[in-house]
Amino acid sequence: MSARVPVLQAGLRLMSRDLRLAMRRAGDWLQPLVFFLVVTTLFPLALNPELSRLRDVAPGALWVAGLLSSLLALELLFREDSLDGSLEQLAISGVPFAWLLWAKTVAHWLLTGLPLVLVAPLAATALGAPAAAIPGVLAALLLGSLALSQLGAIGAALTLGLRRSGVLQAVIVLPLAVPVLIFGARATALAIAGEPIAPPLYLLGALVVLGVTLAPLAAAAAVRISLE
Amino acid sequence: MQFLRMGGYAAYVWPSVLLTVAVVLLNVHWARRSARAALAVARRRIALQRGADA
Amino acid sequence: MAWTWFHRFGSPPYFYRVAGTLTPWFAWPAGVLCVAGLVAGLALAPPDYQQGDGFRIIYVHAPAAWLSLMVYTVMAVSAAVGLIWRMPVAHALSAACPVIGASFTFVALVTGSLWGRPMWGTFWEWDPRLTSELLLLFLYLGYMWIRSAIEDTARADRASAVLAIVGVVNVPIIHYSVLWWNSLHQAPSVMKLGRPTMPASMLVPLLMMLLGFTLYFAALLLVRARGELLRRERSTRWVAEVIGGAGP
Repeated sequence: MSARVPVLQAGLRLMSRDLRLAMRRAGDWLQPLVFFLVVTTLFPLALNPELSRLRDVAPGALWVAGLLSSLLALELLFREDSLDGSLEQLAISGVPFAWLLWAKTVAHWLLTGLPLVLVAPLAATALGAPAAAIPGVLAALLLGSLALSQLGAIGAALTLGLRRSGVLQAVIVLPLAVPVLIFGARATALAIAGEPIAPPLYLLGALVVLGVTLAPLAAAAAVRISLE
Repeated sequence: MQFLRMGGYAAYVWPSVLLTVAVVLLNVHWARRSARAALAVARRRIALQRGADA
Repeated sequence: MAWTWFHRFGSPPYFYRVAGTLTPWFAWPAGVLCVAGLVAGLALAPPDYQQGDGFRIIYVHAPAAWLSLMVYTVMAVSAAVGLIWRMPVAHALSAACPVIGASFTFVALVTGSLWGRPMWGTFWEWDPRLTSELLLLFLYLGYMWIRSAIEDTARADRASAVLAIVGVVNVPIIHYSVLWWNSLHQAPSVMKLGRPTMPASMLVPLLMMLLGFTLYFAALLLVRARGELLRRERSTRWVAEVIGGAGP
């Protein structure tokens, strides 16, 4: 009879284990970050390199690049664990699965979402954002990346093990991510324009709360379905 | 004639109507085709089953 | 009382039989209403004060848009029922929806932009309704795509059910966020007809079309759902009796 691990501890252990494992293959986890920077670089190349003009496009560019990189990063969420059977072990472990998945998603966000947020001031400045805008940009991207991680987990869970799941994940997750995009980009634009960003930020925060509470449930259901 | 011209908006109204009618009819066709195919699959399965039982 | 009805409909042979009987009762009235409504709307209703005869597109656009939303709701609700109560009938109903829903979403988009061209001057505007319809189309395509990507029917049913449920929670959020976004950007005047309320001669054909299209969808749904049910239940005894014996 195995001793019951307290739920909180189980989640934290899972998180630290995921982080440790990721450090072994750090290269994989840097790729979404590099992708983000590359895509942000494409915008001035495709449009107008003048900073004052870029400023108008900056919110959109940052958010589109952020969305796309978080989509790419999704592949890393369940890949290792589904390959070696750990995912199934987690599902039958007796610890609430939604909580474990939430812990996994947070670890994944720490490795893929947070670096993006930290690099964003650099990217934003390169796209013409004034220094005063940076806190607002950071806040918006922080909240947005959290919400995207949660949504993305659902997409990743639904497409576990399917061939060429990357594009399918994108088609599934992107329409669902539109509200996050709208409020996040709006907050970023307001920040760059120097205006108060509270309204869209609150709405974004509401989406994050909704995502954090409901998404793990959907993801857990989806993983169980995919593992059958 | 006024009917066909639709007060000058003919180029917008008629294609809309025609598209809608086309999609309505296409869906009927697709639905029946799908149902027919399902029937055929079921029949084949039953025939196989009967063959296996025999 | 409602539960017995619910469980009876959940029984595959019962549903198969009843659906077959009901279909003509939906199909024929649908045909009559749609033809009559279209004729009345195109020929009998008076031209609009502002939009002239151009407003008549509403008689095809509104039913298509209505269908696109209603079908998605039916798809999601039946998927949820199928997931929770593990009912093949519910999954069959859900699987029967997306092609119909997606094609009428497409119609709503095209007729909407054709309506917009003379009214706004461009074929496309990122107004809340068209944008939300476009996203709805993507939701349908995602649903269809994930179904086709999963070979095992049971897994496909359940995975797409999760997607449909997540989607249906999202549809109002998406709609609201698009509305909010659009209100910030000096949206073009939303399509409004000349008078504050529609006179009966304009409204009645519209209602006929809306009802007719609803019944039409019901008929199509039953036809498709029966087929989907057969696919899922083909190795059962009741199917062998119904098909192998006297026929459908």
